[in-house]
Amino acid sequence: MRPFSTVLWVAVILGSGMLHAAEVPVEHPPFKKGQYVHHAPTVDDLMKDQEIKPQLKKVILKGRDIFMNTQQYRGKYVFSRLSCKNCHLGEGRLNWSGPIWPAATTLPDYRGKNGHVNSLEERIAGCFSFSLNGKPPEYGSDMMLALSAYHQWLALKAPVYETHIGGRGYSSLGKDIPKDIHYVQGEKVYQAQCAICHGATGQGKSVEGKVVFPPLWGDESYNWGAGMARVYTAASFIKNNMPLGKPGALSDRDAWAVALYVNSQERPQDPRYTGDVKETREKYFNFHQYTMYGTERDGVLLGQHDNTGAKPFLKPDALRPRTFDE
Amino acid sequence: MMPVHRGWLFGAVLALTGVAHGAGDPEKGKLIVTAGDGSGAPCVACHGLDGAGNDLAGFPRLAGMDAGYLVKQVRDYRSGARKSAVMSPNVDDLNDDQIADVAAYYATLNTAPTSLPSGAPGALALGEALATKGDWDHYIVPCETCHGPGNVGVGSDFPKLAGQHPTYIKQQLKAWKTGTRNNDPNHLMLAIAGRLTETQIEAIAAWLARQDPKGGK
Repeated sequence: MRPFSTVLWVAVILGSGMLHAAEVPVEHPPFKKGQYVHHAPTVDDLMKDQEIKPQLKKVILKGRDIFMNTQQYRGKYVFSRLSCKNCHLGEGRLNWSGPIWPAATTLPDYRGKNGHVNSLEERIAGCFSFSLNGKPPEYGSDMMLALSAYHQWLALKAPVYETHIGGRGYSSLGKDIPKDIHYVQGEKVYQAQCAICHGATGQGKSVEGKVVFPPLWGDESYNWGAGMARVYTAASFIKNNMPLGKPGALSDRDAWAVALYVNSQERPQDPRYTGDVKETREKYFNFHQYTMYGTERDGVLLGQHDNTGAKPFLKPDALRPRTFDE
Repeated sequence: MMPVHRGWLFGAVLALTGVAHGAGDPEKGKLIVTAGDGSGAPCVACHGLDGAGNDLAGFPRLAGMDAGYLVKQVRDYRSGARKSAVMSPNVDDLNDDQIADVAAYYATLNTAPTSLPSGAPGALALGEALATKGDWDHYIVPCETCHGPGNVGVGSDFPKLAGQHPTYIKQQLKAWKTGTRNNDPNHLMLAIAGRLTETQIEAIAAWLARQDPKGGK
């Protein structure tokens, strides 16, 4: 990865049109001193690895298949038109794109999202419940085992409970929206940079029934409880991953603006909905302080509806509290 | 129902200013393909009436390509946004309606792909890997992520690659690398092509050319 200063110069030159662009740089934030930087194995590595038994290889590959094509479970476990790979780019291996292996090395741990200690499977259940607007496979099921195996194999050789990780998650732009970031600015960025793939109305694009570019809002996208609904999460994801193939191409401000725009559109209801959006926002304020849920846009309260998209229920059973009290 | 929001207005503007045109007439298109624009070679001379093109000569296959995509390319050749000493003189006297008609004609064609010799297994395996899995460590996104399942294309912005001639695919990837082609929206192709090595370009071209343009396995 280039040092940031070199990247700035390349950006200046490209921006000034001086360079006959033979290269679009890959711009990511620099790693911080002392961070553990992981290089997750590839499928080729898996197939060549003599230490991994064939039975385990098969299960890992099954987990990878679920990850890459979660849509095959549409109508059963998934009611959006998303697959895990849409937000966890590069097969879930890619630094700065929410690589999934840290979930295997840093859990079980307390998570603020649900206020108790979560296992890896419960973390995965969260992705099904919120980001995929679905219903998680049963704990301990073959599918959960396969997904866990995929996560953990990607963590090969990573230190257990090492939390100082480079390129993890989506928060490199910080959590607070800078001043003077506006919806209208975001809309312009969206139409210029994003609509060609994700559609003018965020509907995404499919070919022969297969999703190519995922929907970013509306009935078929992630619901109001998904991490991506937080403006800072989307801003960092977009800054470091979008447009596809051009990480870092957008300015920080454009990334924030378009994240605000996308996350000010309607989407299916938060599974934790109490029946009143302001009440739900308050109850889960540790999460919703970062979303536009329960705020007003053009005189309309975002999230005040009973729309669960294609999902025929609101809340999957897996979303339940734990107290560890006997 | 999800409330309508202002995006639709931008979408409409985009649609009108983008590749949209009155849907062309394939019958009229066939006549223009045969007669040309009056000042250069007619399409038929290089691309064939069946739109098969010619690999060795580097004339791309046009049969079954998305009409909207073809329209944009021909308009770009006409304006110089896409540079070709061969194409520009042949299309510079076509008006928008004629371009739409020609594109509509070629889009309807179902011509069988040209058969190719077997191809080196190593190169094909590499090409398949790049086209379907990419090489994320070098930020090479798999072709099919944008060009669709089976690389059959997505709408008018991401053309069909399956069954396209290998020489043409190679030429275009190299053209992006050297900066001689830059009419791709938002530099999306430039980003990827700029990261490909010669070996990877050869492999991708060899594999894509041998895929079924209809997307069958």
